[in-house]
Amino acid sequence: MTREEIIQPENLVYKKPTLLNDEPMHYCPGCSHGVVHKLVAEVIEEMGMEEKTIGVSPVGCAVFAYKYIDIDWQEAAHGRAPAVATALKRLMPDRLVFTYQGDGDMACIGTGETIHALNRGENIVIIFINNAIYGMTGGQMAPTTLIGQKTATCPYGRDVKLHGYPLKMTEIAATLAGTCYVTRQTVYSVGAINKAKKAIKKAFQLSMEGKGSSLVEIVSTCNSGWKLTPEKANQWMEENMFPFYPLGDLKDNSTKE
Amino acid sequence: MAKFKGATVVDTNRCKGCNLCVVACPLHVLALTTKNVNAKGYPYAQTVLEDTCNGCSSCAIVCPDGCISVYRKKVE
Repeated sequence: MTREEIIQPENLVYKKPTLLNDEPMHYCPGCSHGVVHKLVAEVIEEMGMEEKTIGVSPVGCAVFAYKYIDIDWQEAAHGRAPAVATALKRLMPDRLVFTYQGDGDMACIGTGETIHALNRGENIVIIFINNAIYGMTGGQMAPTTLIGQKTATCPYGRDVKLHGYPLKMTEIAATLAGTCYVTRQTVYSVGAINKAKKAIKKAFQLSMEGKGSSLVEIVSTCNSGWKLTPEKANQWMEENMFPFYPLGDLKDNSTKE
Repeated sequence: MAKFKGATVVDTNRCKGCNLCVVACPLHVLALTTKNVNAKGYPYAQTVLEDTCNGCSSCAIVCPDGCISVYRKKVE
């Protein structure tokens, strides 16, 4: 069988989702953002919500998310995405509203908005990309930076006495009464990507059923900020991030009435 | 067991040469170019082992930029 015989439209098993447009993404080579964008686009397509989805893009590396996925978007001020999403969902309850935020946006500047939106039980989904660093501005220390991790602003490693402890936003969200589904996933391997896709789909469906707010944390890599190759960054994440940010569902009220 | 033959098509100008597909491929079908670069100056992924791919799509699933399309056909 020749290559030409295999490459026929009827044999196509995987391609870039059509919602993800042809605009080249500005992310660094190997960045986890691209995979998560792809998953979001695939899930929206599978749910048939192309015309009824509103994303809220953050400030951070994902600030241009609106350029890549062909749905409605609203850009929010730094950290204020959950507040904007609250308004959108309340005014248009038939829409699927989600925010897409990094750790600097959601866990630092927007901590207040995030906690209160989740605690009010707004029917929104927060997708939280946790790469333990401020990627866009050049790799400074974030609230989620691990103890001992070296960044541009803590070149000798994060010191608890000086910088405090890393913040586990997902654990906090799981304790709030308004949240329905809180989970931590990652996108470094095929298996993990499939699991993350299922989690995003479940969160989107629950928000449309009006069950409360959902938080999907994606433990991600920032190979440029960590000064590693994409491959080494995945290994570093496996060795260092997962023990502190364990994967899995933290709260699942989907079956409760 | 049914046997499958696969083929990958890489959008070479979208590829950023991150090497993640090369690592993800269980059959080591893909590799980055060593001499050529694309329009943006990145090395890009290409098929180096002909007739080996079984169309499992691992490379395409892990590709952060969605550059890879995978085709799969059952061998009669």
